[in-house]
Amino acid sequence: SLISLTSVAFLLRGNCKHVRTKDSPPNICGFNLILVPDIKICRLVNVKTVIPMVQLLNWRRGLFPQTKMAAPLTLVLILSVTIRAVLFRSSLAELISERVEVVSPLNAWKRGLFCYYVLQENNISLFFQTPLVIYLFHFVVDYAEIVFMIVDGITAVALYLAVQNYNKNVFRKQKYALEADRYPHDCLELMRSPKEMHYIPLKVAMFYLLNPFTILSCVAKSTCGLNNAVMALFILSTLKGSALLSAIFLALATYQSIYPLTLFAPGLLFLLQRLYIPVNPCRSRFWFFTVQYSVMFIGSLLVIVCLSFFLLGSWDFIPSVYGFILSVPDLTPNIGLFWYFFAEMFEHFRFFFICVFQINVFFYTIPLSVKLKEHPVFLIFMQIAIISIFKSYPTVGDIALYMAFLPVWSHLYRFLRNIFLVSCVLLACTALFPVLWHLWIYAGSANSNFYYAITLLFNVGQILLVSDYFYAYLRREHHLSQGLYLRRKDGSEATLVLK
Amino acid sequence: MAALSRKWDPLFVLVLGSLVFSCKGDVLKTSNDRTESISATKIEESSPQAADLGDLRQSDEAESNEDRKAFTPPPPNDQFQEEMVIRPLYSGDIYASFQFRTQWDTDFLHDGKKVSHYRLFPKSLGQVLSKFSVRELHISFTQGYWRTMQWGQPFIPSPPGAELWVWFHHTVTDVDGNWKELTNVLSGIFCASLNFIDSTNTVEPSASFKPLGLGNATDHRFLRYATLPREIVCTENLTPWKKLLPCGSKAGLAVLMKSEKLFHSSFHSQAVHIRPVCKDWQCTSTAWELRQTLNVVFDLYTSGQGKKEWSLFKMFSRTLTEACPLASSSKIYVDVTDNPGGELFDLSPSSPLISTAVVLGDRRTYSVYDLTKKETFGQLRSLNLLLRWKGESDDMLRPPLHAERYVSGFGLQKGEIHTCLYNSHPYRAYPVLLLDSLPWYLRLYVHTLTVTSKTRENKPSYIHYQPSKDRLRPHLLEMLVQLPPHSVTEVTVQFERALLKWTEYTPDPNHGFYIGSSVISALVPSIVAMDTNSTRDRPLFSSFFPTKEESSYFMRVYTEPLLVNLPTPDFSMPYNVICLTCTVVAVGYGSFYNLLTRTFQVDEPSAPLAKRLANIIRRLRGVPLL
Repeated sequence: SLISLTSVAFLLRGNCKHVRTKDSPPNICGFNLILVPDIKICRLVNVKTVIPMVQLLNWRRGLFPQTKMAAPLTLVLILSVTIRAVLFRSSLAELISERVEVVSPLNAWKRGLFCYYVLQENNISLFFQTPLVIYLFHFVVDYAEIVFMIVDGITAVALYLAVQNYNKNVFRKQKYALEADRYPHDCLELMRSPKEMHYIPLKVAMFYLLNPFTILSCVAKSTCGLNNAVMALFILSTLKGSALLSAIFLALATYQSIYPLTLFAPGLLFLLQRLYIPVNPCRSRFWFFTVQYSVMFIGSLLVIVCLSFFLLGSWDFIPSVYGFILSVPDLTPNIGLFWYFFAEMFEHFRFFFICVFQINVFFYTIPLSVKLKEHPVFLIFMQIAIISIFKSYPTVGDIALYMAFLPVWSHLYRFLRNIFLVSCVLLACTALFPVLWHLWIYAGSANSNFYYAITLLFNVGQILLVSDYFYAYLRREHHLSQGLYLRRKDGSEATLVLK
Repeated sequence: MAALSRKWDPLFVLVLGSLVFSCKGDVLKTSNDRTESISATKIEESSPQAADLGDLRQSDEAESNEDRKAFTPPPPNDQFQEEMVIRPLYSGDIYASFQFRTQWDTDFLHDGKKVSHYRLFPKSLGQVLSKFSVRELHISFTQGYWRTMQWGQPFIPSPPGAELWVWFHHTVTDVDGNWKELTNVLSGIFCASLNFIDSTNTVEPSASFKPLGLGNATDHRFLRYATLPREIVCTENLTPWKKLLPCGSKAGLAVLMKSEKLFHSSFHSQAVHIRPVCKDWQCTSTAWELRQTLNVVFDLYTSGQGKKEWSLFKMFSRTLTEACPLASSSKIYVDVTDNPGGELFDLSPSSPLISTAVVLGDRRTYSVYDLTKKETFGQLRSLNLLLRWKGESDDMLRPPLHAERYVSGFGLQKGEIHTCLYNSHPYRAYPVLLLDSLPWYLRLYVHTLTVTSKTRENKPSYIHYQPSKDRLRPHLLEMLVQLPPHSVTEVTVQFERALLKWTEYTPDPNHGFYIGSSVISALVPSIVAMDTNSTRDRPLFSSFFPTKEESSYFMRVYTEPLLVNLPTPDFSMPYNVICLTCTVVAVGYGSFYNLLTRTFQVDEPSAPLAKRLANIIRRLRGVPLL
């Protein structure tokens, strides 16, 4: 990976040339209008901020820089494929494919193969995976490795394009806000420069493809990679503004594992925002589009479900896949919170707590949508993170998807409170998972509590990470409206608190 | 897919059909064979005896007639036979096998009327049969494992623990309901934990368990098979079993069944088999046969200070004084095949009656003691058979088929079940049916199934797999494997161990979970047929083609039960786990709730406490505040 980093860095340096830094001639009619706040700002802010300010204003005319990023992306793809191919060929592949952190009963290749075999030989439908995935096995069973590598590549490219698109939008919005003088004047530090945003899509692709979690998941041939690809395509099609494709991919993701249902809200919010439809229940346009999007979503979901039914001729897969996800009958250890909790649960409280834990996943959608209705992409990130923390059979592949978004929020870094602690916790837990698993299962010198303790800590770490980003995002938004350097009534420097 | 399975159908039906017919024919035939040859050897003794007994019974009934003049009892249509076979085993152990057979010419199922008059047939079982429309019932309780390699083949094999398999009548609509009730009733009758049989350990084997009685039912929806490998068999199971005998343990062979001796043994197995059989040779109507068997292996060699001798008294701490008066025949057979000239051991008292029969594919010679005859008991009016070895016996002929099973792998995550099937026949290959019923908490990956014999893959010609359902249904794996001659065939399948809910573990979870035996059913080429040296006196015209009925016989082999460890949670801390996990969820909920409901505000420090107090006092005084 060292080689990869240096090569990528080299390429990045090479591409810097394409970033235009020269002032373009002010030949747009809006120029004069902007000039006045321009001078005002320059007077108010210190010298350090002047240069980015000038840069920012220089970009007011053009769109987001469209530079050639295909080469570094290709390099990252080749590198990630190489790593995966090497791992597939090594003796580690079998070990990885049995790690409980990497595969869950729902997405293990072995179980899928088993279902496929049983269906093939005995014509018995038995499901840990959705019928479409099992039918996919029919075609890919011989080229599984290549298919999983391609799927990871598709996810990365989709995320890359989506983030590129998003950054363009963010930049455009920021530009309009700047032009309209909507930001307080001491917030220039918070403005995002095209230079820093330029590499974010590539970083996202790198974060996804070179994340050890993704690599493990891919080498284990976990069908989690497929789910991630569908989600990434959903994000891409949403950000590109294609309502139909977005609904179809959302339906596919929901069909794969119920939880992405919660992404309906951010998807809808984004599309509404894109069409400049205000989220206002009194407006008929809002309802019209909402109904339109829901019909597309439900329709495609129905089509997929019926397709599965016609493939198999029975509805058995509904209880055995979705019942399996919701009622958590399989208590195989994983990195989530469910397994030990329900292994130790008193039988008469079991149903109650299953309801509580499952509602917990879906619960945050509405308040988050209300709070973040202006920021649907951050809402998507939050939802994916919440799903991967609180879902019933989480694996590291789910974590990799939301972690890929972290570079998108790199501008929040200054507001993060305990990122160092959280990264240490996550790294330590990642290292301790196999150690304590070995002690419990193979050495017999530890018991289940050890592994459980690590899963708890890992989840606390993830929760802190996500809530930290949420905090930072809200705080930045607050600063953007209220100013960065706040003062108390008596003029002393103020501290911000949540009240 | 469907085409594939359909392609195999005819072959499968053929194979099964041949198995069923030959197996049934074989069982009936061997028993017929035995009775025939026995009756042939001493036809003159048995016939007056039977007449005597009939007279006796008639006079009994005449007496009861006088007592209750209102009834005219039907002519006796039931009969009872008791029999014991003693076989000295090559390992020095003694194998004693009791069989009690009650046959009743009635039909529980077809008659509209309720059968309410019971004579020899136990009423408790009869009522069960008619209430649950049972066609065939086989139940066995076994303590210990039958060591095929040391002891040869048992007369009636049984797996360790409890085994129950029942064929229901085809008119039964709710088979599962009947099965559930039946297991609970039998649990009461036999004082056993049969009530632990539920859907999680019941399977419907498609080929391995065919009806042994009349009727060619092949629809395995009416069959239920379950084993409880953990079941411990002891006195409380023996007592109700003995009570089913017409004479109880008061007379006849059953007096030997003292539990302190029977359970002080290497192997103990008691069973009840009920099936419909032909009433007569023409098979015009059916009769019900109840066979109670008890097999026991005594380790007298080590407990008898290295002296190889046994007697009835030594084995059972009892001697025989009479036959059961209700029995139409009561005999003891002692296997003297290895002692044709009396050079190997002495058997006293010796018996003039010798019977030969083909038992389990081998021609055996037995000394017969007829307990219904006074002279059997001699002067002392008690029969204490005594056998004293004089020389060392030769090596045992290896049984043609045996099997063993073990779990490989380490750790508590996964494992592999190996089943080794040994075909010791020098030149004959034969197919065997392997049945595995594994509990759901072993997640079996059937696609990893490999069958190898002689280092080559040996693809089973038929595989029936029924996947498990968590907490509902066990795995059922049946396959037809061709065993090459003189070979070991290894069947391996990988599994994963599940973590269960803490209430689903047994009280001793770290002891492990017992997994029931595999069942191997086969038509084994008999030793008689492979008898190539023509030293035996046989007419030349009989020996050219091997006769069909002797060529193979049905054999069932049970492997060892497995003991599999599963990962366990910490049983001592459900509260802690619930509290800690809920805390983590609450941390998530709390932090999101915080961020969702609160807004950022500038922190205005509140006045210090002294100032606030002073202000309160000032407010009371009406003075301007500080």
